[in-house]
Amino acid sequence: MKIAVSASGKNLDSMLDPRMGRCECFLLIDSDTMDFQVLENGAVNASGGAGIQAAQTLLDAQVEAVITGNVGPNAWEILEAAGVKVYRSNITTVEKVFQAWKAGELEVINQAGPAHGGLRARQGWK
Amino acid sequence: MIISVLSGKGGTGKTLISVNLASALDNAEYLDCDVEEPNGFIFLKPEIVGREAVKIKNPVIDVDKCLACGQCVKACQYNALALVKGKVITFPKICHSCGTCLLVCPAEAIGEQDREIGIIEKGLNGSLTCYQGKLNVGEPIAVPIIKQLKKKINPERNVILDCPPGSSCSVVNSIEGSHYCLLVTEPTPFGFHDLQIAVSLVRQMDIPFGIVLNKSQAGRNIIVDYCQKEKINLLGAIPFSQEIAKIYSEGNLLVTQGHYWKCFFADLAYRIQEVRG
Repeated sequence: MKIAVSASGKNLDSMLDPRMGRCECFLLIDSDTMDFQVLENGAVNASGGAGIQAAQTLLDAQVEAVITGNVGPNAWEILEAAGVKVYRSNITTVEKVFQAWKAGELEVINQAGPAHGGLRARQGWK
Repeated sequence: MIISVLSGKGGTGKTLISVNLASALDNAEYLDCDVEEPNGFIFLKPEIVGREAVKIKNPVIDVDKCLACGQCVKACQYNALALVKGKVITFPKICHSCGTCLLVCPAEAIGEQDREIGIIEKGLNGSLTCYQGKLNVGEPIAVPIIKQLKKKINPERNVILDCPPGSSCSVVNSIEGSHYCLLVTEPTPFGFHDLQIAVSLVRQMDIPFGIVLNKSQAGRNIIVDYCQKEKINLLGAIPFSQEIAKIYSEGNLLVTQGHYWKCFFADLAYRIQEVRG
C-alpha cells in the first residue's frame, strides 16, 4: 500500500508538514517495504486552489492513504470522492508518523477541516 | 473626469474623502468599488432606484461527452477542476471564468452556466447619481462586480471611484482608466508603508496622482517629508479631530456641517483639475 505524508523535507527524518495543500513535498512510503520516494508538491506556490492541486497530484500518484495535519474543504471533496483514507498526525519526524500509522494510533479524518488551515495555525487563529 | 480614491492601508479615510468630494462637485457620479464592504451610501443616503445581478460564467461538464482525459484539469491556471475516478469535479468559487477549459476540451464536453455572485445598486440623491457593488458573502472574487460597476461610468460627468483598500487585483481594476488618483493616507508607519505601495502602483500605471493627508497631527511629519522628498502634490490635510470623528460616526457628511468643509472639498476638486491641466 502506498501512503503519502506531507513533509517539510525530503527524507524520513524530516518533520511532518501539517499543511496538505502547501506542504514542501510529499514522501510516498511503501507500507510493506518502507521504501520511500519524494513527490514534489507543485501547489506549494499556487496563487489559489493549492489543496485541489495537491490532492490531484496525490491521486495521479495512485496514493491510497494520506497523513497530514489538516485537510481543507476543497481537497477533502476530492480525496473523499476518490476513496483515499486520510489520517491526522502531530508534527514529528515522518518515520515516527509512519510507525504510529502502522501501529494504528493515528486519528482518521472523516470530515473537512477549516480552509487555509496552515495560515490559521501560523497566525494562532482558532 | 474620472477620479479614483485609494490608500493602500484601510481605514485612512477613502470613503470620507470620496463622499464629500462627490457631494461638493457639480454634475457628479459616485461609484463604491469597495464591493466587499461598500459603505458610501450610509453617508450619501440615496434613494435606491435600480438593482441588477452580477453573474459570472462557470464550466459545466457534459458527463456523456467527457472522455476523462484530464486536459481541462491540466490547463486550468486556478486549480478549479479535478479529475477523480474518471469524473471531472468543478470548484466554482475558485474559477476565474477564463474559458480555457472550454477551449482545450477535445470532446466539446464543457459548457458554461451563469452564477450570481453579487448585485449592483443605483441610487439618486438630488443631482448626484450613486452606484454600489455588493459581493455576496462567501464569494472570494470581487473583480467581476467592479468591472460591471465601471460600465456605469458616464464620461461626461465628474466620477468619483471609492476604491477598496490594498493594492491587488480589485484596486488595479478599479483605478484602471482613471484620469487622476487621490491617495488618502495618515501619518502612521503603517499608513506610510502602504502609501508607498499605492504610489508605486499608480506610477507603474502612469496615472497622475496627489495625496490627501487625513488625521493630520502637529509634529507628525512622516507624510509631509515624504511628499517633499518625492515631489508629490500634497493636496490638503484634514486634522485628527474628535469633531470630525463624531460627524463621520453619525453617518453625516462634512460638507453639510459648515462653510469651511464645503470650501475645503471644492478647493480639493479645483486643485485636482488644475494639476491635471
